[in-house]
Amino acid sequence: MKILVVDDEQDVQVLFEQRFRKEIKAGEMQFVFAFSGENALAYLNQHEHEAVLILSDINMPGMSGLDLLEKIKKTYVKPPPIVMMITAYGDAENFNMAKNLGADDFLTKPLDFTLLKEKLKTIN
Amino acid sequence: MNFDFLLIVFVARYLRTALKNTQQNSVWDDRLKLAMYVAIALFVASVIFRDAETIMAWVGHLCLLGCIYILYKETFFKPAKSLIVAILPYAVVATIIQFLQLVLPSFYRGNHSMVDSLKGFAVLWGIGVWMVTIKQKKELDKTNEKVVQQEHDNRIITAMKDELEVQVAERTAELTRQKEALETALQELQSTQAQLIQSEKMASLGELTAGIAHEIQNPLNFVNNFSEVSNELIGEMNEELSKGDIAEAMMIADDIRQNLEKINHHGKRADAIVKGMLQHSRSSNSIKEPTDINKLADEYFRLAYHGLRARDKSFNATLKTDYDETIGNIIIIPQDIGRVILNLITNAFYVVDEKRKFGIEGYEPTVFVSTKKRIDKVLISVEDNGNGIPQSIVDKIFQPFFTTKPSGQGTGLGLSMSYDIVTQGHGGTIKVETAVGKGTTFIISLPI
Repeated sequence: MKILVVDDEQDVQVLFEQRFRKEIKAGEMQFVFAFSGENALAYLNQHEHEAVLILSDINMPGMSGLDLLEKIKKTYVKPPPIVMMITAYGDAENFNMAKNLGADDFLTKPLDFTLLKEKLKTIN
Repeated sequence: MNFDFLLIVFVARYLRTALKNTQQNSVWDDRLKLAMYVAIALFVASVIFRDAETIMAWVGHLCLLGCIYILYKETFFKPAKSLIVAILPYAVVATIIQFLQLVLPSFYRGNHSMVDSLKGFAVLWGIGVWMVTIKQKKELDKTNEKVVQQEHDNRIITAMKDELEVQVAERTAELTRQKEALETALQELQSTQAQLIQSEKMASLGELTAGIAHEIQNPLNFVNNFSEVSNELIGEMNEELSKGDIAEAMMIADDIRQNLEKINHHGKRADAIVKGMLQHSRSSNSIKEPTDINKLADEYFRLAYHGLRARDKSFNATLKTDYDETIGNIIIIPQDIGRVILNLITNAFYVVDEKRKFGIEGYEPTVFVSTKKRIDKVLISVEDNGNGIPQSIVDKIFQPFFTTKPSGQGTGLGLSMSYDIVTQGHGGTIKVETAVGKGTTFIISLPI
């Protein structure tokens, strides 16, 4: 399973790679990282249908997570990738907007990796 | 005809008018009146009874001498003493002649022309003295009049002086009141100014708060995540060690060390933000110190951005930076210059967001912060691609209380304070380049 993680914080890559160390090693999961909405779109254009799941932060300079979500849901209809949005704790406004734009699931910051792993298993 | 009675009438009449204005004249006035009438009556009698001429003459002389005696004796007539000098020779001469006529008629007849001329001299003497007296009296009156006039003038001058003093006192009191009112107003203005500066600081702190929360939350998340994952990794490392896979265990140990570095890095990041926040709100302790201007600018850039994002979800902008890494540390008051940079960046975000709301196709709100080192100065520029500043107001933007924001949204002190901080506080300059429809660039120049 290929997962695209979108976040403007570059250390997210190290964190994911360590958290999913076993899964990556076993070849169960593959992670790709984009550090802005624009980067994520560029990646999706080049590698269409590769990413099954997109994990995106909302609060990013330039193209925000919500813009990205909207574009993904409009552009990539078949098969629609699963998009999980990462929202800040208690940010109801962004939560509702993302829901309206068709987000499949939500995670709150700080990320609970145990919960994330369980969710990924059900998708698999 | 008896000349003496006429003289008495004349003297009495003169005395009545001359002494009219003195005190206790009422008694003497009546007596003089009576004397006058009696004298007139006696004069009429002397005209009618021509036969008793000698007796009437004696009565006249004695009456005249009596009058002179009274004039001499009574202190009341002191001002009229000159009358005595005028009429006494005549009265004495006339009496002596009368006496000669009675006692030595032959001698009188033999020498009557000489004796009569003596009488004439006495009359002339009287007239002369009288005229001199009149003249003197006139002069005296004149002098008195002058003195009275002078006294009157003096009284007027004194009254005017008093009035003037009252007026001066009133004016002085009024001026003192005005001065006190002005001093109070000045004090109020100064305290209001201090409050405004404080509220401007608080307003910019408010702009920062949300950004600070976001900026602290992110490193904290990393600290938590990396420490958790490290904990797990140690478990895995122990597993590998017990299995005997030392190479794998060493790889995990490398990861753990890397994580500890990350924890340290993000801990420091949060620390710097808290320090920056404290520095921003602190008003005292404005000391110039070596500061990394790139770091300062970047910190405030991120804080301003996340602060705006947190308050307005629809806000977004592209952040571009170009920092000249050769600058190194420069000597500035970090919280003051930080405030200036924050202000310029917040303004830039505000204008690009305003332009975005027009919904222009293909418009990408962008704010560009850059630093550059010159030989003797450092330039910090904040550039936006907003609508620019119209030429009509570009001269006013650094004036206190000038704002284009809707009322209640801007204090109008941001740029004015920034100007003071840069020019007065650091001896630098702050310049604006703007093109309507294209954008604005603020360039701070600080001497090094």
